[in-house]
Amino acid sequence: MRPFSYQRASSARSAVAALGADADAVYLGGGTNLVDLMRLGVVSPGTLVDVSRIAAGAVEETSGGGLRIGAGVRNGDLAAHPLVRRRYPMLAEAVLSGASGQIRNMATVGGNLLQRTRCSYFQDVTKPCNKRSPGSGCPAITGDHRNLAILGHSESCVATHPSDMAVALAALGAAVHVEGPQGARIVPMPGLHRLPGDRPDRDTVLEPGDLITAVEVPPLPFAVRSRYRKVRDRASFSFAVVSVAAALEVSGGVVRDCRIALGAVAHVPWRAEAAEAALRGAPATPAEFARAADVELAQARPLPLNAFKLPLARNVLVRVLTELAEAA
Amino acid sequence: MTTTETGYVGSALDRVDALEKITGRARYAYENSPRDLVYAVPVQATIARGEIIEVDVDAVLKHPGVVTAIWHGNAPRLAPSDDAELAVLQSRRVAYRGQYIAVVVAETYEDAREAAGLIHVQYAAEEHDVELRPDHARLYRPDYVNANYPADVELGDPDAALAHAPVVVDAVYSTPAEHNNPIEPHATVALWDGDGLTIYDSTQGASALRMAVAPLFGMPPAQVRVISPYVGGGFGSKGRAHPHVILAALAAKQVGRPVKLAVTRRQMFAVTGYRTPTIQRVRLGAEADGRLTAITHDVYEQSSTISEFAEQTAVPTRMMYAAPHRRTTHRLVRLDVPTPSWMRAPGEAPGMFALESAMDELAIACGVDPVELRVRNEPASDPDTGLPFSSRNLVACLREGARRFGWAGRDPEPGTRLRGRLLLGTGVAASTYPAYRASSAASARAEPDGGFTVRIAAADIGTGARTILTQIAADALRTSPGMVVMEIGDSALPRAGVAGGSMGTASWGTAVVRACEALVEELERRGGVVPPGGIESAADTKQEVRSQEKFARHAFGAQFAEVGVDADTGETRVLRLLGVFAAGRIINPKTARSQFIGGMTMGLSMALLEESIMDRQFGDYLNRDLAQYHVAANADVRDIQAFWLDEEDPHLNPMGAKGIGEIGIVGTAAAVANAVHHATGFRIRDLPIRLDKLVR
Repeated sequence: MRPFSYQRASSARSAVAALGADADAVYLGGGTNLVDLMRLGVVSPGTLVDVSRIAAGAVEETSGGGLRIGAGVRNGDLAAHPLVRRRYPMLAEAVLSGASGQIRNMATVGGNLLQRTRCSYFQDVTKPCNKRSPGSGCPAITGDHRNLAILGHSESCVATHPSDMAVALAALGAAVHVEGPQGARIVPMPGLHRLPGDRPDRDTVLEPGDLITAVEVPPLPFAVRSRYRKVRDRASFSFAVVSVAAALEVSGGVVRDCRIALGAVAHVPWRAEAAEAALRGAPATPAEFARAADVELAQARPLPLNAFKLPLARNVLVRVLTELAEAA
Repeated sequence: MTTTETGYVGSALDRVDALEKITGRARYAYENSPRDLVYAVPVQATIARGEIIEVDVDAVLKHPGVVTAIWHGNAPRLAPSDDAELAVLQSRRVAYRGQYIAVVVAETYEDAREAAGLIHVQYAAEEHDVELRPDHARLYRPDYVNANYPADVELGDPDAALAHAPVVVDAVYSTPAEHNNPIEPHATVALWDGDGLTIYDSTQGASALRMAVAPLFGMPPAQVRVISPYVGGGFGSKGRAHPHVILAALAAKQVGRPVKLAVTRRQMFAVTGYRTPTIQRVRLGAEADGRLTAITHDVYEQSSTISEFAEQTAVPTRMMYAAPHRRTTHRLVRLDVPTPSWMRAPGEAPGMFALESAMDELAIACGVDPVELRVRNEPASDPDTGLPFSSRNLVACLREGARRFGWAGRDPEPGTRLRGRLLLGTGVAASTYPAYRASSAASARAEPDGGFTVRIAAADIGTGARTILTQIAADALRTSPGMVVMEIGDSALPRAGVAGGSMGTASWGTAVVRACEALVEELERRGGVVPPGGIESAADTKQEVRSQEKFARHAFGAQFAEVGVDADTGETRVLRLLGVFAAGRIINPKTARSQFIGGMTMGLSMALLEESIMDRQFGDYLNRDLAQYHVAANADVRDIQAFWLDEEDPHLNPMGAKGIGEIGIVGTAAAVANAVHHATGFRIRDLPIRLDKLVR
């Protein structure tokens, strides 16, 4: 493989400075995806700036009752954190449903958000892929796309975002703190990840040199009853085929508020805003949940091999919401 | 061997090499690093069919640390071979995507790998055909199928019998391409010393590998030594010589230094064999009570354009059930695909999925319990050869399995048992595997210190062969296992057959027993006195194996599965899997249990998960790593149990043992598919049973 240099950053600012204008440098978190991609030849950076030790242990309460999670927090620690488990069960469940124990112990929160797609063509440097090699084409559209997007895809790319954690964070409306060459800013979720359009090489709105420093989860009292349901082929250690993160506030048999996001259906963790809007004020019944799912999925454009994701997403959404309503 | 009634055979001896393995002292092929070593990284074709026009290695050779780059234009010539798969770098033709077209040798692995990426190859690509279809114009009947069975067998008039049968099942089943994924990927270290070649390799057969390699280099087999004491799994993929072994030896010859070549997991999906996809039409004709009158089983499968491997998929259908009219056929098409090879229970694993699924469909059509249906169709002698069975305890396995599983009182109605949102169902299928035996040689030596050394070029691929051969030798020598040193995994040892066909124990065990018996006799003749230099006896079982009595020899089993299918998502999980086997005498219950549940786990994996996806556009298998090619994880295997019957069979071998390495994977997928039908009412005839086939 191509030789690369390695340096360890002690602060976000020094990391951003170290990366500087070097287009050939990248940040290294837990390395659970980046190192794989280096081995595959998908990326071959000249410099790795290790940011995994910056504020690695920090999960703090914010003044409003939310949580601020340091970007270097390991996925395993995040899922085990008592406040995460109590206030945002969907987030703990989402993280725990991903990968394996060893990988969760390495992977960081920042890195998890910036995972690349697991589309086979993206990972095979001997084949075209618009995401890896812009303009080369997308063989997945006519090839294997069983586990690729049904929502928001383009003629250039049908990849899905692989993260479970990001689905829960999108549902919760997390704020992503970013340190960049121009200073610090906040990027909301959804909003960090972008649809492929004609630039599928860009997974997120981050600019070169931007570093995620923390993720802030806003207070959401009704999220104490929330769920993440991941549908997968293998019982563990496999990516979602479809997933649902949802929180539901019900009183008097009526949905007062809700947060819903879908995973493994799009280039982004898919916040189901149409379904949420359809449900607010509606009776908390399976029939209404199904109607909301249909409203959301009306925008779907499945491909020949992944049309099954439509009934699947609908069924899981209804199931999760029904279970949450019953528990209310 | 009549002296073992109270011996070590049958006891749960711990693995004799456990300490070496868990402390990392056991040295696997890749861990050998002779002095002056260089590293080889192969380059694979990126077209599926065509010709190499030009190979430009300028950038490769300029890369630091590179020793050489070898391709067809500068490779040493190999002797002609029957197996074109092994004729590496001898031609500009490309037969499949991923075929080796060059190899880069460098001082470090990293340099070799980086430089290999710098090669520039210009191809004249031709249109490729990688799709197996039952109506393919180039289907043909192979002369024979794997393990030397005839391609087609016909008995009576099956078409007429089917036309008149009161009940007919006529269905098409399919299984996908599947790849063996042993935990240790293939690796070779090749070292020339004058005219001699030493190969450290991860192989299931040191003797056989030597025989395959030597002629390619125009050498007598005695000049090749294959050393392979520890092997991290093979499942058939290490049973034959694959091209990387030749590539390593060729590169070592070219550079005059030892060469290490590790096949990566991703490369394995093109160059170390796989199970062909199959399309199988099964027709069963029966009386109203389920008694079979006719069976036909027509199989379509693939091989590469350069090497014929015809999986014997319909062969178990020839001996499984009684029926006066029968036809089994195999048709092969040579496609621009990698060369398939052995994968655990070739033939039986895919074939019994189809047959045992069809039997379940017949049971439903006749309204007969699926266990009872199989009992009703039990043959008195082998329907294929007419020979008596040396022993056949399928019925006993079915009965014992039904009792242990709690089968009695099962409501056959599908799709009616809901627990929460989980649809529950149960299914059964039969298992079978032939009890082969091949000739081997062995030696046994009494050492002056009172110990014994037993030598045979057998292979322990994780099965526990080294341990059970130690038990067998200890009994034959009337000593304890601690007094026996078992030397295996080296072609310099007495010749032994491959660890394949589930025949290791029978083949090697016979030779070990005979060598030990000869030594005991010799010692008795000498009044028990071991001379100062020790004393050795040898045996070769060629004559014994050739002249064995004529019997149909097979192991049998019955597998019972309970599944839960999520009514909303179609996710299928196997809640319980229980197998009962009749496989002669069990040499070691501890290692045997691992073999049975290991096979069953692989069968569960075949049922629900495993599928190599052919990319029609590019002509290769797409999902080339363990994140994308799913094998069962711990969470998929919830409750798995294996039992066996005490089966005494005097017609087998001195141990009375049948092989157990493969039978565990046979029938499992059908038991699961049958349970899925019972749970949901949906009959899944194409594996794997993934949620997209069930979600509504």
